[in-house]
Amino acid sequence: MSAAQGVLDRLVTGDRTALARAITWAESADPRFRAVLTGANERVGRGWRVGITGPPGAGKSTLTNELISAHRAAERSVGVLAVDPSSPFTGGALLGDRIRMDGRTSDEGVFIRSMASRGSHGGIARATVDAVDAMDAFGLEELLIETVGVGQAEYDVVGAADTVLVVLCPGAGDGVQALKSGILEVADVLCVNKADLSGAERLAADLEEAVSLRDVEPHGGWVTPVVSCSAGTSEGIEDVLAALSLHRTWLEDGRLEAHREARRLAQVHRALAEAVDRELWEAFGWRERAVRLLADGAAHYDVVADLIEELRVQTRTAAGGGASER
Amino acid sequence: MTERRIRVLIGKPGLDGHDRGAKTVASVLRDHGMEVVYTGLHQTPAMIAEAAAQEDVDVVGLSLLSGAHMALFPRVRDELTARGKGDVLLVGGGIIPHDDMDSLEGDGFAKLFGPGTPTTDIATWIQEEMEKRFEREGEEA
Repeated sequence: MSAAQGVLDRLVTGDRTALARAITWAESADPRFRAVLTGANERVGRGWRVGITGPPGAGKSTLTNELISAHRAAERSVGVLAVDPSSPFTGGALLGDRIRMDGRTSDEGVFIRSMASRGSHGGIARATVDAVDAMDAFGLEELLIETVGVGQAEYDVVGAADTVLVVLCPGAGDGVQALKSGILEVADVLCVNKADLSGAERLAADLEEAVSLRDVEPHGGWVTPVVSCSAGTSEGIEDVLAALSLHRTWLEDGRLEAHREARRLAQVHRALAEAVDRELWEAFGWRERAVRLLADGAAHYDVVADLIEELRVQTRTAAGGGASER
Repeated sequence: MTERRIRVLIGKPGLDGHDRGAKTVASVLRDHGMEVVYTGLHQTPAMIAEAAAQEDVDVVGLSLLSGAHMALFPRVRDELTARGKGDVLLVGGGIIPHDDMDSLEGDGFAKLFGPGTPTTDIATWIQEEMEKRFEREGEEA
């Protein structure tokens, strides 16, 4: 029996070390992960995925910990995937999100995994969705994806979650910030954490105004609610849970399939782009071609145009010359 | 093609409340390109081992300054073994007498680092050990 088959067998029968190993393979781009996920594919899609994102220090981990408590109180199992940044210089990372979830490690209904972003810039890692798929296949019911601390335009978590919860806290800008594009628009639920601090009410009011001023609703009819809480003292958590649950009900009312299909398609697109890039750049020799063209004094746009044209010609030849010009 | 990185868990078992050393070592290992999970203060041996299992780390480093290492370190080792993680590279550091270091090194610990060890030495030692292990894994696979 292959190592992949062994891990697959143990994963679907609830062995946590098998889940842990599958995630390591996903992270390491180890081909054995594909074998595991292919075998477990039918089991993926049963869990509910909530992406928790927001700027550094907004309280994502603390709020995640509160959500774990609430789900455990309702006897639902929880998987947490917490992403922290990798160093652009050394590739190393300090993964400290577990500290905020201290009491959960000995709970058999909770599985927490820390992940370094490893060069991805969208708030999650390349392997994040794969890891959550593995948790889903394992049978964890509530899946929480905590992103790195993000700025305004890192929102890859949208492609990883059913519901996106954006956590903010007061003291980081005026009402105009709330009108800007990006992270605030992708929120299915907006949460003002540290609601006991001064400025929190104002921030919530600004966000509500920004939502109400939208001329085009980005979520197909879902009006993003703004909720406030103090995760550190557990105050207002029930409001956050209620908003999340409302969004789930809304999606499950005939919208979930389309939502997830778009997500799966985006997943395929991303993985394909990566694979095509690897294939052409290294295996197909584009890297060396580009080096030569640049050395011949070509401008970088011309290098790109040359290589793409060459690919088109070869694709047409391979297709028997029948493919039409685009 | 795999993109394997060394994953390390730094744990503080027991009631010792001093984690300057643990944090220093965690930062140094990070600066040497490793992914380091730090689990914070006041962990039971079971909590450390369970976190190591969930994180599927290659290395577990324990730090203890309270003097309870002979009681707590072997318990972490046992809890790791109970979770199928008996094969991790297990190391430790802190205020630990030489005799105790010898005894732990003969008892499941790969290496103990005492006060005054240059931090780079710790990182280099772990890197070299892990390179050997990754090579062996590559041959087996």
